Amino acid sequence: MNRIYLDNAATTRVRPEVLEAILPTLQNDFGNPSSVYSTGREAKRRLEEAREKVAKALGAAKEEIYFTSGGSEADNWAIKGVAHRAGKGHIITSAIEHHAVLHTCETLAKEGFEVSYLPVDEFGLISLEGLEKALRPDTILVSIMTANNEIGTIEPIAEIGALCKSRGIPFHTDAVQAIGHMAIDVKAQNIDLLSLSGHKIGAPKGIGALYVRKGLRLANLIDGGGQERSRRAGTENMPGIVALGTAIELAAKEMGESVGKESELRDYLIQSLLEKIPDVRLNGHPTLRLPGNVNVCIRFIEGESLLLLLDLAGIAASSGSACTSGSLDPSHVLLAIGLPHEIAHGSLRLTLSKENTREEIDATVEELIKIVERLRQMSPLFSQEKGGAQLV
Amino acid sequence: MYSEKVMDHFMHPRNVGEIENASGQGTVGNAKCGDIMQMFLKIDDNVITDVKFKTFGCGAAIATSSMATELVIGKTISEALKLTNAAVAEALDGLPPVKMHCSLLAEQALKTALEDYFNKNNIPLPEGFSKPNVDEDEDEE
Repeated sequence: MNRIYLDNAATTRVRPEVLEAILPTLQNDFGNPSSVYSTGREAKRRLEEAREKVAKALGAAKEEIYFTSGGSEADNWAIKGVAHRAGKGHIITSAIEHHAVLHTCETLAKEGFEVSYLPVDEFGLISLEGLEKALRPDTILVSIMTANNEIGTIEPIAEIGALCKSRGIPFHTDAVQAIGHMAIDVKAQNIDLLSLSGHKIGAPKGIGALYVRKGLRLANLIDGGGQERSRRAGTENMPGIVALGTAIELAAKEMGESVGKESELRDYLIQSLLEKIPDVRLNGHPTLRLPGNVNVCIRFIEGESLLLLLDLAGIAASSGSACTSGSLDPSHVLLAIGLPHEIAHGSLRLTLSKENTREEIDATVEELIKIVERLRQMSPLFSQEKGGAQLV
Repeated sequence: MYSEKVMDHFMHPRNVGEIENASGQGTVGNAKCGDIMQMFLKIDDNVITDVKFKTFGCGAAIATSSMATELVIGKTISEALKLTNAAVAEALDGLPPVKMHCSLLAEQALKTALEDYFNKNNIPLPEGFSKPNVDEDEDEE
């Protein structure tokens, strides 16, 4: 069976160029960058070369990049780092952040910090006026994601950055989904802290980075040795770091091409789904949207059943249904854009890469037509809607 | 995550559909939680001669509905009343802990359909008749 991978927002395959770049760090050049002998010095050189590449992709200086174990650590460090350094105060975030941000804020709320969660409109956009109103004299941090992982909506980052700058409040953005898919310039967009992850752009899992604007001080999250200029301890994950540097450099170089190709496939897929399957709605913004993100709700069916049947047809996808989240509530993002529970349970996220083809999109839509028909035939919600037996 | 039997009943659900003028019918669950089960019974001379179901829900919800219909078809009412959610789960070679909820819904759907049959025929509920209590807000703290 030809497998079709449409879950690139979950993770990506390691790129061949990345794999090739990693291998020496596991074999001959396995040294510890802190060692003084030549193998160590070679590792140090590769470490700093990778840091330079990450900095360049963000428009940052090399000294502003710190490697972490991934996006979650970067989010935790940025938010807890600012909060713990301030000791007390008010944090503003949005209702649709990744759990790495939301749960970090919940932890801080338990410690006595105050947290405001900005609502979003039906497309998933925060309101700048709403943000301005939420700002307080004791606000110590604003954390708003660059683009949403579920519905792909791109937030007005530059405007948020400018507002925060004018008030002297640090601005953090979780750019895990955005990196490699849209241009980011931390200076032009007035971003003070930015989290990113390697495995969304063709590097392996377990590597990420936090950009910290020069001069902004954070409490450490991980204490120990003097690595990362004594701000993030632990012997450096050299294969991961080299991979991230290689992947981010490639992503930046190919961005024009990949964004064009992904957007075209995305729009084709959205159009096919809306045209060929009745009672489907698009979630997220029609245009301010990540190039590879498609998120729809298919009424009268439940997401997990849909994913299981897609998997049996060789298609990997994702859903915001309760049954895929391990709780009884569907995705907080879908509820935040105002969807009722029963519709949110039928969500389907398909995230593309430039490796996907039109043939794969066609094959997926054909399978979906059959699967949706099959699940609707056994759905009491469908028969009720279409005039069958009334639900009690 | 699911046993082969669960996947078999999910992929090839038995007794999907509705029964017109059913002897008893029950609908349980709610769309908010992502599970609705509807069960239809045809009862002749105290014997369940046909069962059909419709389910909106996850793989486990579909599989437990399907298995519950198989377990009661051809059974007498008193035999069917003895069906428990544990028996449904066991017949499926087990369910993941977070999905045991679905087997309770299946038992509840069957018993709601039987209750409907008793009520329609002015038959007093059998002694000790009870339906499992499926707390639909169990996710709320």
